Amino acid sequence: MASFRELLAKTKEQIREVDTATADDLRRQPGSVVLDVREADEYEQGAIPGAVHIPRGTLESTIENRIPDRDALVLVQCAGGVRSAFAAKTLEELGYTNVVSMAGGFNRWKDEGRDWAMPRTLSPEQRNRYKRHLLLPEVGEEGQLKLLDAKVLLLGAGGLGSPAALYLAAAGVGTIGIIDMDVVDESNLQRQILHNVDRVGDRKVDSAKKTLTLLNPDVNVVTHDTRLGADNVVELLGQYDIVVDGADNFPSRYLLNDASLKTGTPVVHGSIFRFEGQVTVFRPHDGPCYRCFLPEPPPPELAPSCAEAGVLGVLPGIVGSIQALEAIKLILGLGDSLSGRLMAYDALEQSFRTYRINRDPGCQACSVDPAGLVIAEYDEHCMPHPIQAPVA
Amino acid sequence: MSVTVRVPPVFRTMTGGQSQVTVEGATVGGVLDALDGAHPGFKDKLLDDEGKLVRYVNLFVDDDDVRFLDGLATPVPDGGTLSIMQAVAGG
Repeated sequence: MASFRELLAKTKEQIREVDTATADDLRRQPGSVVLDVREADEYEQGAIPGAVHIPRGTLESTIENRIPDRDALVLVQCAGGVRSAFAAKTLEELGYTNVVSMAGGFNRWKDEGRDWAMPRTLSPEQRNRYKRHLLLPEVGEEGQLKLLDAKVLLLGAGGLGSPAALYLAAAGVGTIGIIDMDVVDESNLQRQILHNVDRVGDRKVDSAKKTLTLLNPDVNVVTHDTRLGADNVVELLGQYDIVVDGADNFPSRYLLNDASLKTGTPVVHGSIFRFEGQVTVFRPHDGPCYRCFLPEPPPPELAPSCAEAGVLGVLPGIVGSIQALEAIKLILGLGDSLSGRLMAYDALEQSFRTYRINRDPGCQACSVDPAGLVIAEYDEHCMPHPIQAPVA
Repeated sequence: MSVTVRVPPVFRTMTGGQSQVTVEGATVGGVLDALDGAHPGFKDKLLDDEGKLVRYVNLFVDDDDVRFLDGLATPVPDGGTLSIMQAVAGG
């Protein structure tokens, strides 16, 4: 039977070890990953910036999700270089081809004055609140911190904005902006689940803020009690990472599209009418834009609003929830977004169908230099504004 | 050449409430002729005064938008599906 010393010596013969100076060079190579295998309490006292933290006890079960590329250069470190040696051997057994263990560990690293920082971690309350997220290796603490850092603007606190805001707040999206200039009316309550009878007559943004703060005090709800207009859209979008479009008219949607092309802000689009809904994601200049999909809006007589033609109350709940999901996927970089695909929901038939939508190389909005796009109010025809001549 | 046409809820008054109907046709234009013959009103909604597809309705042959194929001349395979999608803006 081998003693600990014999086992360690034998393990070190089977792996590659590097000193801290070499490790410091290696971690700057593109594609390399620092893997910290210490316990959580050690990690929280200080760590190498950007390190992936997996305590050695859960290494085998989680490594494939956290570092899926088996050919990546993985630089393993612990406190002194012992646990990282055993971890490196394990990784090689799991098929990782380019693994090194850092001799001397984090203690020597820190003593030598190399770069380290206090890692951001969740509070015990947050760890409990977001436990079901933390259990998903695809989200984990790192993903939850991304959600807490994210800033999402909701265009409208109505049918679509209500479920989207509730789910984004529950998920811990740290900053939620809401733009809406309406007040709560009793006829809204059939579907706008952010509001309630006590709030009738209140500004929708205030009602929304109350509901969301009660649901999750972690969330900073920023209210914009104004109409989205050419005078404020670019500045507003510049403050957020993603927009969830729950507008109730075509001109606002075209205005949003043009501004998003200027600011590079992805738009999670949702729209509903009576018994049907459509969802997609517009990633500026990286997929179709709203005008590629819909060069012109239907004439008003063919496109009555929900206020005129009605909408089934549950429908925005389904479409708005899918928008929240797409926004969260964008924040986490998870899965396949709906960019380039239109998902059409038919509540009567109870079906989802997905169609391919293309970027139009001749699009009057996204094929032109965004600096030249004119942001101005649209009338009901929403025709593109003439392009500004480039400033000489 | 039998083609399934998927009709969005807004146009179902023209099909007596049916969400899909089967017509004959080998191109998008041919399918629309047959559809309008069986259920009058579709061409009025989908084509402009010059007989071109309006720009606020998307037609998909199976998964693909015909605006990026050959428009009304786009072939529709036997057994294929033509889906009509009118943009909506409610929120």
